[in-house]
Amino acid sequence: MEHRRIETPKIGVFICHCGINIGGVIKVPEVVQYAKKLPNVVYAEENLYTCSSEGLSKIKEGIQEHHLDRVIVASCTPRTHESLFRATCTEVGLNKYLFEMANIRDQCSWVHMKDPEAATEKAKDLVRMAVAKASLLHPQEETEIDVIPSALVVGGGIAGITTALCLANQGFSVYIVEKEAKMGGMLRYLHKLYPTMRNASEVLNQLVNEAKASKNIEILTSSVVKEVKGFIGNFEVAIQKGDEKTVNFEVGTIIVATGATDFEPVGMYGYKKFDNVITQLQLEQLLKKGRLQNLKRVVMIQCVGSRQEGRSYCSRICCMTALKNSKLIRESYPDANIHIFYRDLQTYGQEYEKYYREVQEKGVKFIKYLPEKPPEVSLGENGKLNVNVYHSLINKQIEISADLVVLSTPLIQHEDAKELSQKLKVPLGPSGFFLEAHVKLRPVDFATDGVFVCGSAHWPADVGESISQAYGAASRASIPMSLKRLHTEALNALVDEEICSGCGLCELTCPFAAIRIEETKKGRKAKVIAASCKGCGACGAGCPQMAISMQHFTDEQLLAQIAALAEVKS
Amino acid sequence: MKESGSVLVIGGGVAGIQAALDLADRGFRVYLVEETPSIGGRMAQLDKTFPTLDCSICILAPKMIECYRHPNITLLTYSEVEKVRGSAGNFTVEITRKPRFVDEAKCTGCGTCSQKCPIIVPNEFDMLLGDRKAIYMPLPQAVPRVTTIDKDSCLYFTRSVCKICQKLCQAEAVDFDQKPEKINLNVSAIIVATGFSLLNPSVINEYGYGRYKNVITSLELERLANASGPTGGHVTRPSDGKIPDKVAFIQCVGSRGLGRGVSYCSSACCMYATKEAILIKEHKPKSEVFIFYLDLRASGKGFQEFINRAKENWGVLYIRGRPGEIIEDPTTKDLIIFCEHTVRGEVRRLEVDMVVLCPAFIPRESNNKLSEKLRVKLDEYGFFKAEDASLVPVDSNIPGIFTCGCCQGPKDIPESVAQASGAAARAVEVITLTARREG
Ligand SMILES: Cc1cc2nc3c(=O)[nH]c(=O)nc-3n(C[C@H](O)[C@H](O)[C@H](O)COP(=O)(O)OP(=O)(O)OC[C@H]3O[C@@H](n4cnc5c(N)ncnc54)[C@H](O)[C@@H]3O)c2cc1C
Ligand SMILES: Cc1cc2nc3c(=O)[nH]c(=O)nc-3n(C[C@H](O)[C@H](O)[C@H](O)COP(=O)(O)OP(=O)(O)OC[C@H]3O[C@@H](n4cnc5c(N)ncnc54)[C@H](O)[C@@H]3O)c2cc1C
Ligand code: SF4
Ligand code: SF4
Ligand code: SF4
Ligand code: SF4
Repeated sequence: MEHRRIETPKIGVFICHCGINIGGVIKVPEVVQYAKKLPNVVYAEENLYTCSSEGLSKIKEGIQEHHLDRVIVASCTPRTHESLFRATCTEVGLNKYLFEMANIRDQCSWVHMKDPEAATEKAKDLVRMAVAKASLLHPQEETEIDVIPSALVVGGGIAGITTALCLANQGFSVYIVEKEAKMGGMLRYLHKLYPTMRNASEVLNQLVNEAKASKNIEILTSSVVKEVKGFIGNFEVAIQKGDEKTVNFEVGTIIVATGATDFEPVGMYGYKKFDNVITQLQLEQLLKKGRLQNLKRVVMIQCVGSRQEGRSYCSRICCMTALKNSKLIRESYPDANIHIFYRDLQTYGQEYEKYYREVQEKGVKFIKYLPEKPPEVSLGENGKLNVNVYHSLINKQIEISADLVVLSTPLIQHEDAKELSQKLKVPLGPSGFFLEAHVKLRPVDFATDGVFVCGSAHWPADVGESISQAYGAASRASIPMSLKRLHTEALNALVDEEICSGCGLCELTCPFAAIRIEETKKGRKAKVIAASCKGCGACGAGCPQMAISMQHFTDEQLLAQIAALAEVKS
Repeated sequence: MKESGSVLVIGGGVAGIQAALDLADRGFRVYLVEETPSIGGRMAQLDKTFPTLDCSICILAPKMIECYRHPNITLLTYSEVEKVRGSAGNFTVEITRKPRFVDEAKCTGCGTCSQKCPIIVPNEFDMLLGDRKAIYMPLPQAVPRVTTIDKDSCLYFTRSVCKICQKLCQAEAVDFDQKPEKINLNVSAIIVATGFSLLNPSVINEYGYGRYKNVITSLELERLANASGPTGGHVTRPSDGKIPDKVAFIQCVGSRGLGRGVSYCSSACCMYATKEAILIKEHKPKSEVFIFYLDLRASGKGFQEFINRAKENWGVLYIRGRPGEIIEDPTTKDLIIFCEHTVRGEVRRLEVDMVVLCPAFIPRESNNKLSEKLRVKLDEYGFFKAEDASLVPVDSNIPGIFTCGCCQGPKDIPESVAQASGAAARAVEVITLTARREG
């Protein structure tokens, strides 16, 4: 590695009050005075909000007036603000890798709120460490990559088809990979769709036909993702089609739309033990095929296998599904007596609450049960089912006999979701669903660049919500594909070929397949694929020769920070 | 990269911001029209967000600033859409920039003027709990970071005296002669993202909002809990500034009602009440917090777990039932809640220091006028109606005009954001189709 040390760096430090978030605890002026005395610091000031337009102008003025060649902002977290400050530096011609941040809010004023003295001292420590690192920073060049304007959509349910059509209509070419022999996902098994009560098959057929007709969409059924190599802009995908054939192609982006499956409540409420205990999904089939006869008494039980130990989440769609199916039953069998045993009804928003009221008006009865006293299903002497429940609103144990007991079970993740998540290098959350980059503000992005998520792969969602997200994922994926060229962060591993022995340990260690051994004139040497490398440091930590250092986080820089921490405060 | 085609986004809340950023990153010219002096919408007013307890403005501010700095976005704050003509691919729009009496190009946002302005009025951004001056910035993180003169309270406009701000402004930005400015735009598509309002809970007379000082709304609580809010982040009782020991939240205030208020569920309040309960506990762990609810609506990602944490780790107490009445103790200003505890079937009487009402999400008042201008339909409640909420959830009845976020009905932030990106994608589809037809 080349060591370009600039003789005397000129560092500027901007210390933020963050309103009172920092300023209310830490003595900011004292930290400013302290910073001014640190080596290589030629300028320091405080700002009420460094991230405001005014604060940013101050940084730019500072760089220009004091000829700063290093900038430090001591404020909040780089996660939300680093890109903004870096861009500000770039605007006045300072390479963005000459910017450094010290997080004196999350790490000082917030956690040591009760001890302003110590928080102030710690802020000084962090600033001193940042200064030590900044003195050793180098400008970096970013790698440019081309983006292939085509996308892979994994999963051919309503979400996958919608996102594919939206991208195809914008002129991108799209591959849909569906593991079943038929397109359509869960909607293939449903009867009517709440709240519109349109036939699921009609809705689905229209979209499937549109997708089949689109010249920009290629559909691969009975297919699964076998392997994914590469990175945003250039993913090399291998698809296993059927038993033998492998199909290979390259795409710029990937959208996960693999949906979810329904939980089978084996051993619960007599399911699989008594004939007439079924799930909502089975009921949909019976309704669709018109197989139900002579229904007199129906009981539906909500939250079967959800909102309990082991599976704590609420599956969002099963309350409305129960309402829909009870409405349909009442329409076909006007004197059928229907009870819904629920815990909390999830009829959120304008439409669903109205729907709930309509179902109530149709005479469906609702009984709130307590999770600690769940209903019990048994077989009576007359061959009918008996459901025993503690009615929490009248404080009584009651018994209701039923011809049919329908269990509302949650959507759960597919068993092979884990495998797919590993192939795509994207995470699953604690409930098993795919985990997005940021729960609030990046709901359809993954942290891995170029990979997106929509529909019930992300979380149980109804059709409208799945479609909204599918469009959302299309928008996000279209951005890099329309730009055609991208810059990647210059945070790569750097191999010192003089020291590298070509042992290949790094290749085994890298979770992103971003480093591999190649034959060079000097023998076998490790080479980094800049666009895939995330700068995670795993290879560097494992290298027995210490031949790998991390760009922008060099050993030299980190050791300088540690040394600065250990320094006796003056 | 630059694409030909442009889009008008109406409303600069988190939904409008996301739609604008997606389109601008994609290379299209975006005009983002916001009627108030700053973009940010409701999310800018919130303290933290459920279920991750992220500081709301901290995660929103970078996006607000990105809108300001983005070369493809023209920010038109303090502006209104006047007229809209044309059809998908070719709309002409007339916009009025209201005079803010401060030159946006010159103002540095230094705040000297506000400091010295003698007129103090309640700040709408702080739900009138805090003050601002006649020349003001609604929030410290305002974007654009410039001041605005409120004509109705400014001494110069009301009594032809003062002009202190103009004298003090070194940037010479104050301009009392500024006139409304008309701008004409040609855009291919329009995205409506005008958000929601909250019902004034005084219509639910028996809860005493407006009569009892210590009955506040959830949005007022967000401002009290916020470090840059009127109390510097201390949740205190309006009557005496005391930090309350016992707080009760009442859910579905004006929501899910038959008769008064609205009949629908406002979707986000079960969760944000839980969040606010945790915030109160964080500020004062020994306080007791109760939530009166009908059904707990917690079906989003990680929501049920969040409620479980509120119960188990923070000791928030959930009581099923809709309180019938609240009575104020005239001397202590404490509040007595009468409620039938439906699960236990007994009438309860609970004395607390403060009551927080979670009012119904309602449509913005301006929706009627805006929908006429756009010829876009509203639903029976006054929200912007999706042409088919389950199949094309962001399309309106007019091709080329899309809607997203809470202007369609109650939603939380991630739903608004995902939908906003969705509306952006639909707008691009329209632009692509028009281009194909013409080219
Ligand atoms: C009983 C029941 C009733 C419902 N009723 C309604 C209703 O009335 N109204 C409503 O709005 N919603 C309803 N829903 C919800 C609705 O089913 C979902 O909103 C919808 O299916 C979500 O679509 P999706 O495309 O995200 O997922 P899915 O429909 O699950 O589609 C995912 C697709 O991906 C495929 N796939 C999975 N893994 C892989 C892999 N590794 N590789 C390749 N392909 C893969 C699957 O085979 C499937 O085809 C109901 C759900 C249930 C269970
Ligand atoms: C008390 C409370 C707490 C909440 N807490 C959370 C939480 O913790 N987590 C969460 O996910 N959600 C929360 N929410 C919900 C969240 O506020 C909304 O989901 C979000 O603000 C919706 O964003 P929006 O952009 O659609 O609307 P808004 O935020 O309402 O933004 C709309 C914007 O449009 C502007 N506008 C309106 N009309 C016009 C017009 N005619 N012309 C031009 N501009 C116009 C407005 O001035 C505003 O800036 C909470 C809501 C409340 C009330
Ligand atoms: S949607 Fe209803 S039935 Fe399903 S888990 Fe949630 S509360 Fe239970
Ligand atoms: S108007 Fe002038 S004094 Fe007021 S904030 Fe702007 S620049 Fe400062
Ligand atoms: S002229 Fe108006 S805005 Fe300016 S200082 Fe006087 S009262 Fe305030
Ligand atoms: S979200 Fe909860 S509090 Fe809000 S209206 Fe719906 S049920 Fe009531």
